[in-house]
Amino acid sequence: MAVITYREALNQALREEMRRDPDIFLMGEEVGAYQGAYKVSRDLLEEFGEWRVRDMPIAELGFTGLGVGAAMVGLRPIVEYMTWSFALLAIDGIVNAAAKMRYMSGGQFKMPVTFRGPSGAANQLAATHSQALDSWYAHIPGLKVVAPATARDAKGLLKSAIRDDDPVVFLEGELLYGTKDDVPEQDDFLLPLGVSEIKRPGTDVTIVVHSRPLHAALSAAEVLESEHGISAEVIDPRTLRPMDIDTILESVRKTNRCVIVEEGWPVCGIGAQIVDDIQREAFDHLDAPIARVTGADAPHAYAHDLEQMAFPQTEYIVKAVRHTCYLE
Amino acid sequence: MATRIVMSKLSPTMEEGRVLRWLKQEGDPVESGDVVLEVETDKATMEVEAMGSGVLKKILVDENATVPTGTVLAVIAGPDEDISELLAQTRAPAAAVPAAGPDGSSATATPAPVETPQAAATAATVITAPAPQQDDGRIKASPLARRMASERGIALNMIQGSGPGGRIIKRDIETAGAFGAPAAMTVDVGSDMPYERVELSQIRKAIARNLAQSLGPIPHFFLTVEIDVGALLDARAQLNRSLEDTGVKIGVNDILMKAAAQALQEHPEVNVSFAGDHIRRFGRVDVGIAVAVPDGLITPVLRDVAAKGLQQISIESRELIARAREKKLAPEEYQGATFTISNLGMYGIDEFTAVINPPAATILAVGATKEKPVVVDGAIEIRSRMRVTLSCDHRAVDGAMGAEFLATLKGMMENPLRLVL
Repeated sequence: MAVITYREALNQALREEMRRDPDIFLMGEEVGAYQGAYKVSRDLLEEFGEWRVRDMPIAELGFTGLGVGAAMVGLRPIVEYMTWSFALLAIDGIVNAAAKMRYMSGGQFKMPVTFRGPSGAANQLAATHSQALDSWYAHIPGLKVVAPATARDAKGLLKSAIRDDDPVVFLEGELLYGTKDDVPEQDDFLLPLGVSEIKRPGTDVTIVVHSRPLHAALSAAEVLESEHGISAEVIDPRTLRPMDIDTILESVRKTNRCVIVEEGWPVCGIGAQIVDDIQREAFDHLDAPIARVTGADAPHAYAHDLEQMAFPQTEYIVKAVRHTCYLE
Repeated sequence: MATRIVMSKLSPTMEEGRVLRWLKQEGDPVESGDVVLEVETDKATMEVEAMGSGVLKKILVDENATVPTGTVLAVIAGPDEDISELLAQTRAPAAAVPAAGPDGSSATATPAPVETPQAAATAATVITAPAPQQDDGRIKASPLARRMASERGIALNMIQGSGPGGRIIKRDIETAGAFGAPAAMTVDVGSDMPYERVELSQIRKAIARNLAQSLGPIPHFFLTVEIDVGALLDARAQLNRSLEDTGVKIGVNDILMKAAAQALQEHPEVNVSFAGDHIRRFGRVDVGIAVAVPDGLITPVLRDVAAKGLQQISIESRELIARAREKKLAPEEYQGATFTISNLGMYGIDEFTAVINPPAATILAVGATKEKPVVVDGAIEIRSRMRVTLSCDHRAVDGAMGAEFLATLKGMMENPLRLVL
C-alpha cells in the first residue's frame, strides 16, 4: 500500500494494464506530448510510444468513432476526453455506436472501449465546463457507468473497466485528481464493477453518495456523530450502471431513513432512480420520506461564492439528515 | 429606503414566534425605534421596534399567526415608495440554503431555506418532504410505523404522532410499546361531543414539549385534599329516607359525580384533553366510573352528568356498573370520558393516586371515609373525613388550575345543598 493521489492511481492503472495487454492503447486530446491536460497520462508516451499513446485533434465525435471502430476489430481503446462536457460533441458515438453495437450485431462485435475524463465542476470553469451528466449515461442500456470517489477506487475500477468487454463510461473529477488515499500497488488489484461499498458504517440513517460529494458526506457524518448524536452509514455505489442497489436496500432496512447526495441536477438524477428502488423494495421499512441533496437546479455559477453554494456541501447534508431524523 | 421587519431569533431555542398584536396599522407613520408589534416567543412576550422610518406600508403576517424565525413580517417605506419588487422577493425567497463560503465569508440575511418541492424545482439543493397538513382527519403514519403497529397489535388511532403534521413514526410506536399500553392518546370522545378548539400559546407548547419528555407520555402530577363529609352523609341519609318507596338509593359516589360535574362546569379549563397541537375544551362533562371486573378494570361513562339530577345519576350509573360487571357494555359506553372517578374507599384505602385515562386530562382517586379527630375552631372534634387525589395531565392542566377545581369540589361536598342550585 502507498498513499498516492487519485491522478497517480489512474496513471498506475493505465500503465499496468498497457504493460499487461499490447492491444490496449490510449487516445485523446493532449494525452501524449503534453502528458494529459490533468497529467493522468504522465510518462506513458515515453514508455509505450506514439502508436499506443495517440494525440487527437479537437474533434471529439471523430476520435470517438475511431475508438469504436478499433474496439470492433479487437483492440481495447481508452478514449480520454478533456472533460465530459466536451464529450457532449461525441455523444452520438457513445450512445448510438458504442452502446448499441453488441446488441445490433447480434453479439458479433464486443465493445471493449473505455471512455474516461473529468466530470462535474472544478474551480470557476463556468456553466459550460461545469456539469455532472452522470445520469445521462446511466440512462443508456448497453453502457456501464463508473464514478470513483477515492484514489483506491479509481485504480481498482479503471483496471476492471479496461478489462471489461462492454463500453464503460468512466467519470473522474478534476477536484478529485489531487486527493490522496491508500492504494494497493500490486498489478492485480481489481475492484469489481457493480459493487457498492459501505464507506462508513452507521445505524440511524443511510447516506448514499457517489463521486466528489462522498467527501462532504463523510465530513457530514463526522458532524452528525459528534454534534447531533446521529450515526450515519455512508454508502458509495461507485458503479452507477449496473448499480448494486442491494447493499443500499439492506442499509435502509436497518436505518429506516435515507438521504441521497449527488453533484448533478435534481431532475431525473441518479438519486431519483435510487429513491424509486427504495420506495418499491423497502417501503415498509421507511420511517421518513427520503431526502435528496443535489447540485443547484440551475446552470453552474462562475462566481466563487455562488459556485460553492451550488455544490452539495457538508452543512446541507447535515440539514437534510436532521430533517429526515425528525430533528428539524 | 424600505426596511423589513423580521421575526428575529430572540432566544437561543426560538425557532418560531407568534405575532401577538400589531400596534401600528398599514398606512401609519413609523419612526425608527417605535414599537410596531408584540411577538410571543417560546419564553416571553417581546416588543419589536422599527429599524427604519416611513409608513408601515404592508403587513405580511396576521395577528395570532405563528411563523418561523427569519420570516418577513412587514415592510416600512416612504409613503410613495414602490415596494412591489421587495414584496415579490419576500414571497419567493431565493431557495438556496444560506451558507458560509470556504473562506468564511457568509451570506448574511439570506432568507430561511425553503424545503418544498416547488422551491426545489427552481434552485434548492436540499430536497426534503414538506410537512403534511395538520388535522385533515386522516391518520398519518410512516410505512414503518404502520408495519410495527400492525405487528404489535397497536391501533394507530390510539397513538399521537410526534412527526410533522402529527405523523406517527417509529419512535411513537416504540414509546407506546414501552409503556405497555397505547400512550398519549387522542381518541375522540363521542363524535357528537361539542368542543372548542383552544390554540396552544408558545408557553403552552414549551410546557407540553418539556413535560412530555419527563415522565412517560403523560406527565402526571397529583393534588390531594381532605373533605369533611359529615354534612354530606346526613343529607344523603335524609334523601334516601325520602326515596324509600322508590327503591332508589343515592350513593356517595353519585354525589361525588354530581359535585365533580358541577365543579368542572365552573372550571372548564380542567374538563379538557391534550391533543398534540391544541387543547380540546369539552362542552359537556362525561364522567367515567372505574369499575373493577374479575380480569381488570373498565370505566363505563355517564354522559352529560351536570345536566342530570342525583336520582337519575344514581339509576343510570347503577345500571351501567351492573352491565360493566357482566361485560355487556358496548365500546361507546366505556370510551371518551372527559373526567374519571376511581374509588377504592370500600377496600379501606386512605388515599391513592390514579393513572389518567385518556383522552381525559384528569382523574379523581377517592379514599375511604373515616372518622378521625380534627381541630375545629380550636377544639378537637371527631369528624367524617375523606381524602381525594386529583391526577392531572400537566401538558394541559397546571397546579393552580387543578387546585381551584378541587377547592370548588370540596366546597360543594361540604355544603351539599349547593348541589341543588
